[in-house]
Amino acid sequence: MNITSIIFIIVSFLAAPILPGLINKTKALFGGRQGPRVLQLYYDIFKLARKTPTYSKTASALTRIAPVAIAVSTLAALTLVPSFFNNSAIHFTGDIILMAYLLGLGRFFMVTAALDRGSAFEGMGASREVLYSALAEPSFFAGLLIMIHETASLELSEIFSKLSLNFWQENPAILFLILCSWFVILLVENARIPIDDPNTHLELTMIHEVMILDYGAKDLALIEYASALKLWIYSALIVGMVINGEIITSLTMQIAIFTLGMAIVAFVIGTIESITARIKLVFIPKFIVGSGALAIIALILKVAGN
Amino acid sequence: MSYLTLKNAVPAPIKGVPTHEYKEFKAAIKELLEQECRLSSLFAVPTDSDNRIFAVMTNDKKGEIYVFATKYAKTFESLTPEIPQAHWFEREIAEIHNIKINNHPWLKPIRFMPKSGEKNFPVAGDTDYFKINGEEIHEVGVGPIHAGVIEPGHFRFQCYGEKVLHLEIELGYQHRGIERIFPKTPHNKRIKIIEAAAGDTTIGHTTAYALNIEGLAGAQISANDALVRSIALELERMANHTGDLGAMAGDVGFMPTSSYCGRIRGDILNTTGMICGNRFGRGLVKPGSSGYQIDAELKKKISDKLDLIEADVKSAIELIWQTPSVTARFDETGSVSRENAVAIGLVGVAARAAGIAVDIRMTHPFDAFKELEAVVPVGKKGDVGMRAQVRWHELQNSFKLVRDMLAKLNFEAEKSEVNDDICGKLAPDMISVALTEGWRGEISHAAITDANGNIKTYKITDPSFHNWFGLALALRDQEISDFPLCNKSFNLSYCGHDL
Repeated sequence: MNITSIIFIIVSFLAAPILPGLINKTKALFGGRQGPRVLQLYYDIFKLARKTPTYSKTASALTRIAPVAIAVSTLAALTLVPSFFNNSAIHFTGDIILMAYLLGLGRFFMVTAALDRGSAFEGMGASREVLYSALAEPSFFAGLLIMIHETASLELSEIFSKLSLNFWQENPAILFLILCSWFVILLVENARIPIDDPNTHLELTMIHEVMILDYGAKDLALIEYASALKLWIYSALIVGMVINGEIITSLTMQIAIFTLGMAIVAFVIGTIESITARIKLVFIPKFIVGSGALAIIALILKVAGN
Repeated sequence: MSYLTLKNAVPAPIKGVPTHEYKEFKAAIKELLEQECRLSSLFAVPTDSDNRIFAVMTNDKKGEIYVFATKYAKTFESLTPEIPQAHWFEREIAEIHNIKINNHPWLKPIRFMPKSGEKNFPVAGDTDYFKINGEEIHEVGVGPIHAGVIEPGHFRFQCYGEKVLHLEIELGYQHRGIERIFPKTPHNKRIKIIEAAAGDTTIGHTTAYALNIEGLAGAQISANDALVRSIALELERMANHTGDLGAMAGDVGFMPTSSYCGRIRGDILNTTGMICGNRFGRGLVKPGSSGYQIDAELKKKISDKLDLIEADVKSAIELIWQTPSVTARFDETGSVSRENAVAIGLVGVAARAAGIAVDIRMTHPFDAFKELEAVVPVGKKGDVGMRAQVRWHELQNSFKLVRDMLAKLNFEAEKSEVNDDICGKLAPDMISVALTEGWRGEISHAAITDANGNIKTYKITDPSFHNWFGLALALRDQEISDFPLCNKSFNLSYCGHDL
């Protein structure tokens, strides 16, 4: 653990809410609107944090604990993710698994808290969330397996630093397939179009939003913040995978290129949201499993190639 | 079978309405339905001497309206088991007149009115609901308060997982008693009530009312006035179709169309505002005349504006059919088969999407449409995609109609004067049925005058009254997440239904 990596983690904590702002700005550009400020989510979080939450009469303690548990588990997961082409603050063999399941822990609290209130809407949202994330998990790990196979390491920071530019140059098909499948996972896990619509007010069509309908004030601020962190984690994994850190030597370049990479991810998400409609809910499992198939093909290519 | 044959908005003596025995009455309705007529309205008229139920059947092929009646006492044998179109009408009659309707399959309140003799209103929505039992069946209730800014209505879904087995729609939250207060209102104020019957269909309803009054008073309106009225009706259709197509795109998360359509809808409403000063056309239609004229200068302004709007509308809405992800979402969602559409008597956009070529502007022409040719787009599958396409074709056709009508305006003609008096000089003991094609579909107004020439019964049937059950059918075996999209593709009126 060194000072730079700690600073980078703190910067990640602080900068995460910019990503949704960038996505919204992109969407506004496409829609011919001015749109909300890039920093709007900060204002929203500060506004919510000053308010006192109210709870439904049917809510148990679980409802009150969940927002903290979601935020803490996501924060913990982020400390394991290498950002700015630097080793993560905490890294050890097997931290990949811990990171994936810390996010899983956050989801567990989100879903059980949604069921806790006993609302028909939230139950539907919880059921959808669990189904889709269960389907997305194999393709996430299939992508990881390829990199584990290549670098012979189970440590996230080591994998990312060992992945050489050479490997991608020799296997562009594998890079392309993993990139596609991980991008779908990013969209699924972060409730973006075409899987979910973060802006909809139609409770019957929601997935993520419907589970947090009963939350307000401080609790909602924590959940919104955790969502931004989660988006940061998946974006950072994609940027770290595609861009090779080895050849970037100076600290300024590291920061500049990583920031640019994250902005590009946000721009791509915003563009997808601007030009496509949501998929029919019945087709979402096929869409996710399809992305998993891409990752499996990549894995076969990798293993057969050796 | 004998019945009184009427033309659109041409009154006839009420004595001419034959009263059948119940069996003959039912047989007459069934016979006419087999000839592809529709049950436009069914209502009870209690008087001191006799209580009669009137059936208003519309023949679209011949452009005729048939009226006949039967007597009823405290009870009435339900027509619904054999004539599904009578379903909501019978519930309405049972509620308003406190009649017991025997063997009705699902007799429950429709607007939660107080029973005759009682003063307290029952609580809206407080009633029995259809239930399905089973270990994995769950029930989802939505509304009456919704997340969006829409009117109140309660939707009760019986679901198996994501699949909807049955949807029950409960309305009545917007009941204002329009039909009840109508005869008691001074006749110069009645137009204000009609304007508010369904706020987004102001021109459609006020035109129907004006046609009835003009018919009963024997008044003629000038060609220019008829044109102004019909132009406003088309502008209303254009504004709503644009808004709805944008909202449908918004429901599936397709930003480009939804971002622009809201603004364009506003532009079209402003065009109506240029004619009469009100964006929704309130005050534009008056029986006997139109209070507003379009002069050469205004005509130029309107046609210039239409050119701009048409270009915008084209670029925004055609994107829907250029984007596969949107058409994939629209197609095969919320289908109503032609067979079902005929059985439950769908009207308007929903009926045309299902393959029924019905458009009052063509089949029972009124005002300026007597001399115009409107295109009636007819779909096949009756799904969301078809309803969107039908709207789009109608919208494009409306641009042409408005331009044709603007060209027909005669600026040399003398300006007609507003004549409020005709409302008080109606022919006695007459019945008149006026049909117009609002943007949702057929609007029917039936007026009956008493011996003194006062309107004693005024029956309004909004297209939503026919079509709400169509929405329930469209949801059968669909995903519950498709409900908002299906709902938007019908976009029915809550207040037009509740009155």
